Amino acid sequence: MGVYLLRRLGLMILTLWILSLIVFFAGQVLPGDPGRAILGNLASQNSVQVLDHQLGVDKPLLVKYGSWIGGLLHGNLGTSYEFRAAVGPFVRAALINSLKLAVLAFVIVVPLSILGGVVSALFAGRWVDRVISIAGLSLATVPEFVSGIVLIVIFGVELKWLPVSAAAGAGASDLSQFKHLILPAIPLVFVLFGYIARMARAGTIEALNSDYTRTAVLKGMPRGLVIRRHVLRNSLLPTITVIATQTGYLIGGLVVVETLFNYQGIGGLIYKAAQGKDFPMLESGVVVIGIVYVLATLAADLLLIWLNPRLRSEAGL
Amino acid sequence: MSDLTAEGAAAHVAVRLPSATADLPRWRLLVRRPTFVVGAAILLFWIVCAVFGHQIAPDDPLAQNLLGNNTAPAGTHWFGTDSLGRDVLSRVIVGARDILIITPLATILGTVLGTILGLFMGYFGGIFDLLVSRVVEAVLALPAVIISFLFIVALGPSTSTLILVVGLVFTPLIARTVRAAVLSERHLDYLAAARLLGENPLRVMFAEILPNVLPAILVEFTVRLGYAIFAIATLSFLGFGVQPPTADWGSDIAVSYQHDGLGAGYWWQTLFPALAIASLVIAVNLITDSVEQVQSS
Repeated sequence: MGVYLLRRLGLMILTLWILSLIVFFAGQVLPGDPGRAILGNLASQNSVQVLDHQLGVDKPLLVKYGSWIGGLLHGNLGTSYEFRAAVGPFVRAALINSLKLAVLAFVIVVPLSILGGVVSALFAGRWVDRVISIAGLSLATVPEFVSGIVLIVIFGVELKWLPVSAAAGAGASDLSQFKHLILPAIPLVFVLFGYIARMARAGTIEALNSDYTRTAVLKGMPRGLVIRRHVLRNSLLPTITVIATQTGYLIGGLVVVETLFNYQGIGGLIYKAAQGKDFPMLESGVVVIGIVYVLATLAADLLLIWLNPRLRSEAGL
Repeated sequence: MSDLTAEGAAAHVAVRLPSATADLPRWRLLVRRPTFVVGAAILLFWIVCAVFGHQIAPDDPLAQNLLGNNTAPAGTHWFGTDSLGRDVLSRVIVGARDILIITPLATILGTVLGTILGLFMGYFGGIFDLLVSRVVEAVLALPAVIISFLFIVALGPSTSTLILVVGLVFTPLIARTVRAAVLSERHLDYLAAARLLGENPLRVMFAEILPNVLPAILVEFTVRLGYAIFAIATLSFLGFGVQPPTADWGSDIAVSYQHDGLGAGYWWQTLFPALAIASLVIAVNLITDSVEQVQSS
């Protein structure tokens, strides 16, 4: 366990370091002058320079990278240009909001897509399978803002069943918050459904064709029991990994969904920071997303090893 | 006529690459699939709109009519008008152009670069593969849309930036697939033979391995094409893609949305472009699905 985990953590840190380089240098080629952007066109060149100096944007690239990464390691995400305040609390609050939305989307999509995938596999090649597969694939590539717009038109504007904004307002009850989050969660569910269902389908088909399933059927075990006890337990393993890797796509979707539904999450935060050229906010938000993704992948790998004894011995545990 | 030339070309290819002949009857299987036919028909429709859009469109997509703005779909304007009184139907038709130029070019760029990178990673392996794999993983840790707009904010939005950025973002994804395909070929006898013959690595990679991993690359290309439409439409919606006043589905939706067109009940300004995007991605997916089915059959 020790060696595997160390190697895995080492690679993870390497990946995150490369990620920080990409993000930092992408941010550095941002055109324009942060001081000018904050003070506006009417400010004198002198005061712009003073502000730039205060912000530290006139320092050499490597010095800036060093102080940024040093701050990150100490949990200091920097100071927002736009709000002139520490980035940390903004990112934390946004992350919690996004988490609520993401959890709701996962709670809906995981059982639904596994069910879809298993049903697809049981009817492999028949029309039920084709409908689920093609619908899943199509929904997965319809951008969130497109399905979001259609949902808003139908359920928000025409039927007036659900609120079209995700923000429930300050002091809203949990139930009200939940109601506001349903509509934004559905486009995310659409995008994720296809992938997870596809994986569950493939895993189930593999398990259905296995020797142990044949043995169970031949010894006269009822079909329902075979599926529950032998097929599902084996077929869902690869699905777990897919669910974890989908967190990355989910966060990408959050940018759109949070913008569309006016929600104060990490996606919305990054988007506004990009528009306002709020460089520290943008960088930190993007790196935090990277960290969340890498941790989710690690968690999935460990879970998979824990669940599958064969992998456990391969990993040298 | 076209059938004959296809046969001729295929025979020509077959002489040099024996593996390609096995794929020939599969192309015939493809056109028999209803999903492929429907997908291809929708795609063809949008290609015609992209090429002849200005001739087909009933109105000038840029002509404003401030007295007749926000009118609901009716006889003169089938899809209604937008906040500046422009004909939504015309904008939807002409709007096919930019997305159908940008997406294939971005996907081709990503596929070419990804294939080259993947061949090198899979063939050479070792420290090169390890390092590039880390970069690939780092890029994969970020959603494509976020990493794209990070660079587009930096470079400024334009058609060529969009193609370049989306192509580059797709490169590692495609490289990963190609690498995996190359790894499964690496221990086959024909490669050992090529190496013993003293062929140089570039020739082995591009003349020996590439033709054998081409089917996998083709599937990857069609899959990525779907994602590219997704990414580019999303970037346009976020304001980092095609810029107004050019007719574009994503940015037209964004403009109406920002003017609270939905809240005011002007649903046609967003719904029709949204359906256009949906139909295009679904068409590409029907094609992708058919190609995959035929490849794996």
